[in-house]
Amino acid sequence: MKKLVAGVIVALIVGTALGYFLQKDAKWVGTDEAVIEKFAKDAGRQPSEPFINVDQGDLLLFCFLVAGAVGGFIFGYRYRELFPPKSEPVERLPHV
Amino acid sequence: MINFFGIVGTLMAVIVLWAAVEPVHAMHIAEGILPMGWAVLWFLASLPLIVVGLRNLRIRSEKEPHLKALVGLVGAGVFIISCMPIPVPTAGTCSHPCGTGIAAILIGPTLSVVVSSVALTLQALFLAHGGLTTLGANTFSMGVAGSFAGYGIFVLARRLGASWVISAFLAGLISDWATYGVTAFILTGALHFEGSFWKMFVTICLAFTPTQIPLGILEGFVSAGAYSFIHSRRPEFLQMLAKGGAA
Repeated sequence: MKKLVAGVIVALIVGTALGYFLQKDAKWVGTDEAVIEKFAKDAGRQPSEPFINVDQGDLLLFCFLVAGAVGGFIFGYRYRELFPPKSEPVERLPHV
Repeated sequence: MINFFGIVGTLMAVIVLWAAVEPVHAMHIAEGILPMGWAVLWFLASLPLIVVGLRNLRIRSEKEPHLKALVGLVGAGVFIISCMPIPVPTAGTCSHPCGTGIAAILIGPTLSVVVSSVALTLQALFLAHGGLTTLGANTFSMGVAGSFAGYGIFVLARRLGASWVISAFLAGLISDWATYGVTAFILTGALHFEGSFWKMFVTICLAFTPTQIPLGILEGFVSAGAYSFIHSRRPEFLQMLAKGGAA
């Protein structure tokens, strides 16, 4: 199983690298632009600007730093709730 | 203390590195694409499941004190996974996994709907990824369809005797495909106008195919790997499954 997973990961990395060189014209746009927005435009619907646009200068980075700091603090503060010390071995699970 | 600063530092480093990459949008339906009537309809379709999920969270967290922290962690995972653009050479485009299959296995499908709605709200507010008016539709496709399809196939596969690795793989695979299938359904419903519904639906599904077939398989492997890791390292996280409480 481990060899299979490792093989798939290597194949994906190699495939991605090969694809990058073989499809240099591809812009690697998201499927929303390639599919969803294409069909929406064909139907006469245009995506509008977001109500809150933080993608201006370093504003996005600031938001992520604040969110990361707050999230990291909460995660660390409640670390023992999430990863309690092991008390006794868990019996074999029936897995539903 | 070392653990605390290590975790905070690692989280911040990951977030900064990730934020430095230009935002890429994928499955989410962008702001303004759905007519208002359809946007409201999908809000109404998603809302009852969010309410049930919040109620389940309250009831179950009284019995399982660790549940809220686990739900928060799974929510962070869904947020990151559903933002992560992955280049797919077969299509020359990028797309992202959803993470709702493994989330539904770990915390149950209704709680997975709740964490998906929170993740999608944050993405709509701060990343221009999706939109506020399309939040209901995106929650329905990724949260409701992805979670219930993934959890349903996991339970079905186990009852049919499949190994848990195969079951987790199928959960990831089917949750991904269900998400994009329902996205196609939502788009078609809102945009087909006088044209043929099924023709447009099939066309959109086929347009997703080159990206989502390999990406769904990848999500299947990720789900199986995550389940395998948790089962071997932190099996107590899966006890709620053993108790049948992950509903």
